[in-house]
Amino acid sequence: MYNKNNHKAVSKEHAEYIAKIKKRKLLIRLTQISILIIFIALWELTARLKIIDAFITSQPSRIINTLISLHEEGTLWMHISISILETIVGFILGTAFGTAIAIILWWSDFAAKVADPYLVVLNSLPKVALGPIIIVWIGAGPFAIITMALLVSLIVTIITVLNGFLEINPDKIKLLQTFGATKLQILKKVILPASIPTIISALKINVGMSWVGVVVGEFLVSKAGLGHLIVYGGQVFKLDLVMTSIFILSIAAVLMYQFTAWLEKKLIKWQN
Amino acid sequence: MNKKDMVSLKNVSLKYYTLEGETHAVNDISFSVKQGEFIGIVGPSGCGKTTILSLIAGLIKPTKGEILVDGKKVEGPSTDVGYMLQQDHLFEWRTIMQNALLGLEIHGKTNRETKEKVERLLETYGLGEFKNHYPDQLSGGMRQRAALIRTLAVDPKILLLDEPFSALDYQTRLAMSDEVSTIIRKEGKTALLVTHDISEAISMSDRVIVLSKRPATIKSIHEIQLTSERDNPISRRQAPEFRQYFNTIWKELDVHVQ
Ligand SMILES: Nc1ncnc2c1ncn2[C@@H]1O[C@H](COP(=O)(O)OP(=O)(O)OP(=O)(O)O)[C@@H](O)[C@H]1O
Ligand SMILES: [Mg+2]
Repeated sequence: MYNKNNHKAVSKEHAEYIAKIKKRKLLIRLTQISILIIFIALWELTARLKIIDAFITSQPSRIINTLISLHEEGTLWMHISISILETIVGFILGTAFGTAIAIILWWSDFAAKVADPYLVVLNSLPKVALGPIIIVWIGAGPFAIITMALLVSLIVTIITVLNGFLEINPDKIKLLQTFGATKLQILKKVILPASIPTIISALKINVGMSWVGVVVGEFLVSKAGLGHLIVYGGQVFKLDLVMTSIFILSIAAVLMYQFTAWLEKKLIKWQN
Repeated sequence: MNKKDMVSLKNVSLKYYTLEGETHAVNDISFSVKQGEFIGIVGPSGCGKTTILSLIAGLIKPTKGEILVDGKKVEGPSTDVGYMLQQDHLFEWRTIMQNALLGLEIHGKTNRETKEKVERLLETYGLGEFKNHYPDQLSGGMRQRAALIRTLAVDPKILLLDEPFSALDYQTRLAMSDEVSTIIRKEGKTALLVTHDISEAISMSDRVIVLSKRPATIKSIHEIQLTSERDNPISRRQAPEFRQYFNTIWKELDVHVQ
């Protein structure tokens, strides 16, 4: 914006400096890509030379073949989209409910104090342990899986966002009070806008959390989705299928993370 | 000059209560401020200066005594009183213009007319071209000026300034105290300035109130009369009487370095 205008004239030294930084960045990126390529190549090569047992370790070319055959069977997209959908709903609900509860706890200091020990216990409890109970209560289906994804991220979200609220400089609130602001105005004008970065970072973390919930949920329900493919592949000893699912899983997770990073940029436009 | 009292404190005391005990912050303070007057308040660290401003702003209630602002008893925050804090606390997610409009928004008074007024204030005080910038892009002095405009936007009759320049470097601080006092006098406001800086208090104020250690009581009140060519803080600092006031107040403050 306004900074750019100031940087029009670049001296020779400055240009050299920029070139140096850029070169370094490029080198880092190239090294990263090379590591990946070498890893895949070694994997393929050692499997072909029968140094490793491709039956157990799978191999890149088999993964591609599995991808193609899954695609031809027509079930690939079904599994992928079910998992992605469950994850998205899970992390959005987890973040939304978590933020809503954090707002309630911010509003009532009494409620926050009362809830404190429960939050501590629930936070240290591995939520996936509740899986079987959830399935019994809700039924073995996508709703149980979404509930798992939600639960995994809910408590952390409440704690992170509430702490974010409480860390806001009290003088910012005092400033609003001098204008005679009501509690609702304080919430809308300071607490929420000041916490957007916190909420988005919670959202980012929740993407990963939600995947954990979904995969474990699909392990347990085992009807559809990438988690189901992994469990099924393991049971029938089709390690190609397991590896392929993990491969898709990582791509989907990365894409979702990129999306939240993009969202962050959009929403926090006052930071460059 | 027979101007009316804009602020008066009558036998005001305040105690803070916490689990650890009670803190007697302000003890039986009485003084009044005339319309258009600029009052400086100095006192040792932690003696209760901020507490006095918070009382006048209606953020806390006195344990004893009564406070009147423009003849009315203070019951809570009022639009008559504007408060400027030590840090500018501009919201980093709002542009300068949006920051300046904050008070009006809270009062539900943002409309074309008030927006134009705020824009005019920004223009007048040199922030016109920065109105769509975010606070991060402004210097400390400009930010403090924006904070002053945010306070002036709701058109308070009284301004409370709590060490508003202490976050600034020395040069900026001098320049800002000059600017702010010019702005406040030009807008015809009554002002109370809390500061640690004796020179700042003398150069800006009509009267300087010296407070004792906690619990704050009034030690003395100095009517400041300086013979300077121009009536702005920087030239007032050159006045022959300046040293004398400084020394008297310095002695009264009785500062010991431990
Ligand atoms: N909310 C509060 N609860 C309990 N004690 C408080 C509270 N606010 C201030 N105090 C205490 O009251 C005393 C006066 O505080 P105050 O902030 O008014 O002093 P001050 O003169 O403004 O100090 P400083 O020079 O540091 O700005 C201090 O001892 C402080 O610890
Ligand atoms: Mg103070």
